Amino acid sequence: MSAQEREADSIDHSGEVALLRLAAVGAVDDGKSTLIGRLLHDADQLTEDQLQALESASRARGQSGINLSFATDGLRAERAQGITIDVAYRYAVTPHRKLVIADCPGHVEYTRNMATGASTADLALVVVDATRGLREQTRRHTALAALFGVRHLLLAVNKMDLIDWDERRYRELTQEMQLLARSLGGTAVESVPISARHGDNVVERSVHAGWYRGPTVLEALEQVPTSTFAGPGMTGMRLPVQLAERGPEGTIRVAGMLMGAEVQVSDEVVILPEGRRTRVTALETLAGAVSSARAPLSIWLTLADGVGVQRGDLIASAVDPPVPSRDQVATVCWFAHYRLCRGQEFVVKHTTRVTTGRVLAVESKLDLDTLRLGPASYLETNDIGVVRWWLADAIGADQYQDSRASGSFIVIDPKTEVTVAAVMVGAPAVT
Amino acid sequence: MRPVDPDYLDVLESHAVFVMREVVAECRRPALLFSGGKDSAVLLRLAEKAFRPGPIPFPLLHVDTGHNFPETLEFRNRRVGELAADLVVASVQDSIDRGLVADPWPAESRNRIQSVTLRDAISTYGFDACFGGARRDEDKARAKERVISLRKSDGGWEPDQQRPELWQVYYGGVRAGEHLRVFPLSDWTEMDVWRYIQRESMDLPSIYYSHRRSVVDRGGILLAVSEWVVPGPGEAAEELSVRYRTVGDATLTGAVRSPARTADEVIAEIADSRVSERGATRGDDRFSESSMEDRKREGYF
Repeated sequence: MSAQEREADSIDHSGEVALLRLAAVGAVDDGKSTLIGRLLHDADQLTEDQLQALESASRARGQSGINLSFATDGLRAERAQGITIDVAYRYAVTPHRKLVIADCPGHVEYTRNMATGASTADLALVVVDATRGLREQTRRHTALAALFGVRHLLLAVNKMDLIDWDERRYRELTQEMQLLARSLGGTAVESVPISARHGDNVVERSVHAGWYRGPTVLEALEQVPTSTFAGPGMTGMRLPVQLAERGPEGTIRVAGMLMGAEVQVSDEVVILPEGRRTRVTALETLAGAVSSARAPLSIWLTLADGVGVQRGDLIASAVDPPVPSRDQVATVCWFAHYRLCRGQEFVVKHTTRVTTGRVLAVESKLDLDTLRLGPASYLETNDIGVVRWWLADAIGADQYQDSRASGSFIVIDPKTEVTVAAVMVGAPAVT
Repeated sequence: MRPVDPDYLDVLESHAVFVMREVVAECRRPALLFSGGKDSAVLLRLAEKAFRPGPIPFPLLHVDTGHNFPETLEFRNRRVGELAADLVVASVQDSIDRGLVADPWPAESRNRIQSVTLRDAISTYGFDACFGGARRDEDKARAKERVISLRKSDGGWEPDQQRPELWQVYYGGVRAGEHLRVFPLSDWTEMDVWRYIQRESMDLPSIYYSHRRSVVDRGGILLAVSEWVVPGPGEAAEELSVRYRTVGDATLTGAVRSPARTADEVIAEIADSRVSERGATRGDDRFSESSMEDRKREGYF
């Protein structure tokens, strides 16, 4: 059955096809791009002309057969250097899942691109070369993924064919990753012994590992729960206001994309940062009026008393709303080529609110190898640290560990308009 | 019990609408690139749903190579009328007449020089963001592009200098002379687009469905015989049942043999297809591994 046939099949189960975003990470040469290429190939997601293109690209580099890793390297510089510089997105579909695969770069200088891929991922697919084991880069990437709130790790122990499918070695590496995951805040780990090059246990079950009873990579991806932007610590609903329109008798209709819990007509909500309480009187999804709506749908929500509500405000459930504050202590992943120090001012965007923020203090810096915070007074490119900010407007931010979307903000250099930092409210999740 | 996850098509739709609303809120003067093709028809449908019952709060920009399928122009005018939308037509012929660019036709298609007309329209009208229907599944270079992608003052894409794009926080700021290309359909595939067309019972140009047409086979691409495409010596026109998988410049967009007359039949057909959308139908993407990257660097869609 071709992939598209599988997709066509899935039409019959509409309502059950969920979107899973995954970030593929791992050290250079451990076989990340080959695994993605293999997954697409064996799950029949590549068409004849794409296969021909891969074949001729392989031939042009003097390789016989098809080098599947070329399926994801899209830029000239990447093909020239044989590395991944920026995230490539690929898509696969199974009867129960639409997979959005972000192939993330391995080099530390491209951390900003890895962060781009990891920040939206539900799952990190960590590829490790069984002959080389967990390397510094593997650990760093896994830690970054966990830091960015990825709650599921799928470890692909690759190149098992080169170690004769040695079960003991596989168990050692799995255990090592489980230890790492425990120190990273208890991220769930599943592992699969594979050979990406030969296609063992990626989509097709390997005949070489009779001792392995678990799922293939694709099966594991179909089974993991999708859990986008709300963590277990947040029970309420959040709706950042994108647009606001006045309605009759003081009502106001706001547009936004829901996060967190379900919202229902007549729910009591609070408007942040103002703090006024009111009720939801009507809800519309893009399909029309409804009595309740779920994340991550884009909705219109009408408030009984919405006078003064504007873009950038946050509508939250009245039960456990975040406390608005201008003072934010947060974990920063710094991308710019200059230092982040006390006193600097930036543009800040939290959900839909654009404001400005000043660095009150760089409090500490995270060592991604030891996962310890040490003293620091500045951050350099690709450093991660804890920074205290003072914002021009109060924001109703959740802890990042509870809600990625309402617990994060981006920092923009006002001179270049370039995003220079990813900021996660609260202490690093990995210490 | 954990509730069922929303259907992925609803998630894709909601995300695309979210992106459009962010850009409308943050950019001074956005526009929607509307060619009359199916992807831009989906974009237009999303824009309609994102802002209704209000009007679409930005103009549509059609970069017109002058080499159109009449059915596409007819569709464009019909949709513009139905939505009472503003339409801006940027004409490649006009760019040629004003001496901005030399006409490569008939030696080559006008596809590549559309970038000149587009850049000119962007600066003339002061657009700071252009919505486009490009999808990451179309090409290797597109697969690398952000949802909101910065263009420098020369209109070019610098793939090694992309801004980080974190979570779903989209930022619309640009410096003077720069602009954004915004791709709300980034994570959609050809199949997703057709499922959406089906679900929304969307209208499309009739050439997306099977019809009889006189075509000529050039290097495996079935080109419609027209005032621009005339069978040469050794070529013979054939009348076949065909449809289009993509619709662009009529001098290089190929038809595919097809009996599919409805969205359901097209979906069934794509499900069986062993050839990608661009591989089947676009003469412009066949040159090299980097042809799309090169054109994007020049300011192409």
